[in-house]
Parts: sequence; C-alpha cells; structure tokens
Amino acid sequence: MVQLNIAEGETIIHVAGLKNSFGDQLVHDNLDLDVKRGEILGVVGGSGTGKSVLMRSIIGLQLPDQGEIEVFGEPMIGREEYEAKQVRKRWGVLFQGGALFSTLTVAENVQVPIREYYPQIDAVLLDEIAAYKVAMTGLAPDAGPKYPSELSGGMRKRAGLARALALDPQLLFLDEPTAGLDPIGAAAFDELILSLRRTLGLTVFLITHDLDTLYAVCDRVAVLADHTVIAVGTIPELLALDHPWIQEYFNGPRGRVAAGAAKLKTGEAGK
Amino acid sequence: MNAPADFEFDEGTLRFTGELTLARIGDLSQRLAALSDAPQTVDLGKIERIDTVGAWLIHRIVRDHDAKVVGVDEDVAHLLEQLGQADKPLKIRPDATPPFIRVLREIGDGTIAAASSLYGLLGFFGATLIGLWGLITHPRRFRFNAIARQFEVVGVKALGIVGLMSFLIGIVIAQQGAVQLRQFGAEVFAINLIGRITLRELGVLMTAIMVAGRSGSAFAAQLGSMKLAEEIDAMRTIGVSPMEALILPRVISTIILMPLLGFYASVIAIIGGGIFCWIDLSIPPITFIQRLQEVVPLTDLWVGLLKGPVFGLIVAISGCYQGMQVEGNAEEVGLRTTASVVQAIFLVIVLDAVFAVFFSSIGWI
Ligand SMILES: Nc1ncnc2c1ncn2[C@@H]1O[C@H](COP(=O)(O)OP(=O)(O)OP(=O)(O)O)[C@@H](O)[C@H]1O
Ligand SMILES: [Mg+2]
Repeated sequence: MVQLNIAEGETIIHVAGLKNSFGDQLVHDNLDLDVKRGEILGVVGGSGTGKSVLMRSIIGLQLPDQGEIEVFGEPMIGREEYEAKQVRKRWGVLFQGGALFSTLTVAENVQVPIREYYPQIDAVLLDEIAAYKVAMTGLAPDAGPKYPSELSGGMRKRAGLARALALDPQLLFLDEPTAGLDPIGAAAFDELILSLRRTLGLTVFLITHDLDTLYAVCDRVAVLADHTVIAVGTIPELLALDHPWIQEYFNGPRGRVAAGAAKLKTGEAGK
Repeated sequence: MNAPADFEFDEGTLRFTGELTLARIGDLSQRLAALSDAPQTVDLGKIERIDTVGAWLIHRIVRDHDAKVVGVDEDVAHLLEQLGQADKPLKIRPDATPPFIRVLREIGDGTIAAASSLYGLLGFFGATLIGLWGLITHPRRFRFNAIARQFEVVGVKALGIVGLMSFLIGIVIAQQGAVQLRQFGAEVFAINLIGRITLRELGVLMTAIMVAGRSGSAFAAQLGSMKLAEEIDAMRTIGVSPMEALILPRVISTIILMPLLGFYASVIAIIGGGIFCWIDLSIPPITFIQRLQEVVPLTDLWVGLLKGPVFGLIVAISGCYQGMQVEGNAEEVGLRTTASVVQAIFLVIVLDAVFAVFFSSIGWI
C-alpha cells in the first residue's frame, strides 16, 4: 500500500551546464547530471574535485556562475525564499562535518526541522519522533540529551543523519556519511539507507569515498574528474570504460578487496 | 489523493484513511489519545501513504493496546518492524532542577566562577611571565612577524577611533569645565582641567576601555574559535607552543602600544580642548600652550605613561585567558568574549583607583 511513486525514469535532480569557480580556480565546467526517482546515486572523485561544491550548488548554498539546476522538476536558481522553502522541506542534508547546532542537544537538533516546518505537531509526539529517529540511526539512547561537543566524530555523523531524516524527506543528500564510522556502524548505515529506500522510496545523492558502501548500496555511480562528470553508470558499466582514473579507483588494491567482499556477500545471499 | 490522515473507530477496529505522513498528520495524535475504547485491530488497508511518523503512531497503538495490524503489505510491515526496534526511551535534554534550587545553585556557581576566573587569570599571568622569561633566555624564538602584525591590528588600526573619541572627550571636558568655572569668572582654569585630567587619567583610561572592547574581545574570540576547531591542540602536537605563537605576541604588543595610544589620546584630547578654548573662550593657541606648560607638572605625564603598560597587560591577558577557556560550543565563544571585556574593564578601573592612591601618597599630586 506504500506509494513509492517510482515512475520509472522520473528525474528528481537535473543539473545541466553547471559552472562553478572560486576566483581563478575553476571547479566545475559544463557539468551535467541527472538523478532518477528512487535511485541511490553514488558520487565519487578525488579529494578537491568538487563533490561537496556540487552538492552545495544543488541545495542552493552556492550560486553557480552558469548552468541550470532543477530539483523535483522545479528550477532552483533565483527562487523566491518562500517557494524555495517548500522545496527544501522535501529534502534532508547531511553535511560533511555534521553541522549540528552546538547549543542544542542531539534530540533537540533532530526536532529543529520539524518545529520549523510543522509547528502544529504536539510536544509529546515531537519528543517521541526525536527518540525513534535517534534510535534508528544507531545512537544509544543516552546520546539524546548530550550536546554535540560531547559526542565522538562518528556519533556526530549519526546525529547529523538523524536530523537529515527528521522530515521523512523524499530526497537525501549525504556528504561522506560513513567517513569516521567504525566498520560495523558503516555496514549498519548501509542497511539503514537501503531499508529506508525500500519503505519510504528515498532518492539518495551520496558522496562517498567508501568503496564498500558504493558496492553495497549504490544503483549508479557518477565519477567527477576534470571539472565535470566524466561517467555515470553501474559499477560494471564504469569498469568497462577505459578511463585510467576509474580503473585505478575500482581496480586499485582497495577497490579489488571491496569488490571481492561484495561478490562474496551476493554469493552468500544467492545460496 | 492527498487526503489528510483520518480514522474511523467501530467495534474495536481502527480504520485509517488518507496520508499518514508528517505533513498530513494534523492532530491525529491527540485524537487517538482521546479514544474511549482500546482498539483491538488496526486496519491500514485504505491509507494512501505512510512515513515513519505515521508508522510511529500505529506502532504506539499496537504497543499500548496490544492491537493487531491488518491490511499491510510487506514494505509497511517492514517499516513497522523497524520502528519497533527503534522504540527506546530517550531523554531530550539534561534533567532540569526545581527553580528555587536552580537559583541557589546559580548564585553559588556564579560566585565560584568569578573567584576561580580571577584565580585562573592570576595563574595565566604567571604562565605568561614564564613564557616571557623563555623568550628572554632564547631570543631566537622571538616571533617578530607576529608581533608586528599585532602592532598593526591593535595599534595602527585603532588610531582613528581612539583619536576621534579623545578629540570629542577633550571638547566635552573643556565645555563642561568652562560652564562651571564661568560662575566664578575662572574660565581660564578650564585649561588646567583639560591638561591634567587627560594626561593623568582619561587619556589612558579611555584608551584602555577602547582597546579592551576592540582588541581584548578580538583576542578572546580568535583564540576561542581556534580552540573549538582544535587548532590549538594541533599546534601543541606539532610542537608549536600556543603561548609563544599566539599569546605572547598579543600580550607584548598590547603592553607596548597601550602607553603610546594613551599618550596619543591625551594629545588629541588636549588639541580638542584647545580648539574649544580658542573658539568659545577666545584663548589663542599660543596662550593655551603656554598656560599648559605652567600648570601641568611633568609627573602627570609619567603617571599616564606608567599606567599604560599595566592596563595593556590586563586587557591582553584577560582576552587571551578567556579565549583559552573556551570549550564546547559556539555560544561559549560569545560568553567568553563578553567576559573578557567585562573583566578587563573592571580590573582596569580597580587598578586605576589603586594607582590614584599610590601616586598621591608618593607626592605626585
Ligand atoms: N569557499 C571556498 N572558497 C574557495 N575555494 C573553495 C571553497 N570551497 C571549495 N573550494 C575549492 O573547490 C574545490 C572543490 O572543493 P570540494 O569541497 O567540493 O571538494 P570535495 O570533492 O568535496 O573533496 P573531499 O573529498 O576532500 O571532500 C577545492 O579545490 C577547494 O579548494
Ligand atoms: Mg567534500
């Protein structure tokens, strides 16, 4: 009975001809990217190739020099604040550094977006929502009343994720969600994303350096290099390409280990 | 499509309709709480959509009334199961204490904090002296560039505002003095007032207050943000001493600059007063200067110049000390910055009073 609304091929994020630069430094040039509804798109690229900047442009924190950006079919550049807000409440964002509000507790952080957009929700329900969101991201209950400065790096990531999930968004932006998580936590995170996608029909824009996560959850992977997206596709499709960086990325020592682990896992599931 | 969440209740069965989502949930939670009977069955066969908030409400009914859920597909069942696993009691904020006890505790905490902050400042002063001794014995570690940079920020860039402030103060003293002294026909004594009070007291005191607001606060905010970003920890691990790299340059430059700025402020204030005397009291500049020489003893200049370094030291170390005390969150940076300015101004005024007693008892009246 759940409406996943997976109209095949419906475009959720549309980026065309994007150009970004800081002073003389060109970050993106003529970058195109489409993300379809219900898919988990991995975004990879070397450090400093502009993955975070791409995410910031899509969510409207960075005004591009050129190009068009549409999210949910709505143009995002030069929107009225009120209209932009209506779009914003349909997505959740996890920043690379967590970006928790330092003067609020973890549970209060999770409540902020709900309070902002749905002030009619009563206090009891609000507290319960915060409680199960925090538990879902794998934080222990005693983390609820703690302030961000009292958390470890990995705990901050999870709290940031809980806040990103607060509004049950249709679209989730994650900037390196598993960096700084222990392997068990990272695997649990992969599981969580997959199961949320299944139950809520999430679309996910996932920036990551974690090859295990790429193999485990991503439907397609976009590769950023030379100021643009050089390829988008499933991992086997990318491997078929003859690009040196892609080959090195997936066939380097770490890439091979992750691929082996992924194969083992699917093999076991097949039995 | 898109009907708000709703339900009917008959014969122990709750039948939900519409969208059970955060956006469409409305007051469903209260209405469910007001149900007269405990439901035995929950029917989700007619809902249009459900998200985790809707699923949470269903989970709550199931948990509290031991009800049975019907009409769900595999995905919703999975979602409900997930929420069941996530149902753990959680505290939202740290425990609150009763108001009366809290007031008592805050008074106590405040007293202890004030005392320990002065104690800490004393300790920090000691650490600064040790650091300074280290520099004197190893002059090669002296960071000339950092000091020059602070000279610019603390001194050169303050010239404009300190000058403007002093100029206006000079005019105000002359004007107020003239108005009062005119009653005795002694307007010319306004010159004594201007010369002595600016050189002795106001020049350096107002400058110290201005520097505390301008630079002491900046020290606290800079060091505080650096502490938050773990920059200071990083420095320590690399082997750079924050004392030598950050604190001593600020302290040394403020100590040197304060008497200079104070002297500059006095001179500008005297110029302001002189211009007022010229325009309003028709005392020509030459006469004004001659009279200044006659009535202002040289000791007044020494009093002002001697207080300068001490005030500079206080402003710089309370700024740096409060900055280094920042821990935790961004709010703390603001609190510590405020504390640094308040502490510096308070100590400067207390010491100014001590100096007044001291100088008059050694005969520098
Ligand atoms: N605010 C800024 N001002 C100037 N340059 C910036 C700014 N933000 C990013 N850059 C530059 O843009 C480039 C891309 O940065 P970005 O943060 O997107 O990298 P990234 O791909 O996310 O890297 P990482 O994997 O390390 O997070 C970098 O070269 C960076 O120096
Ligand atoms: Mg980044």
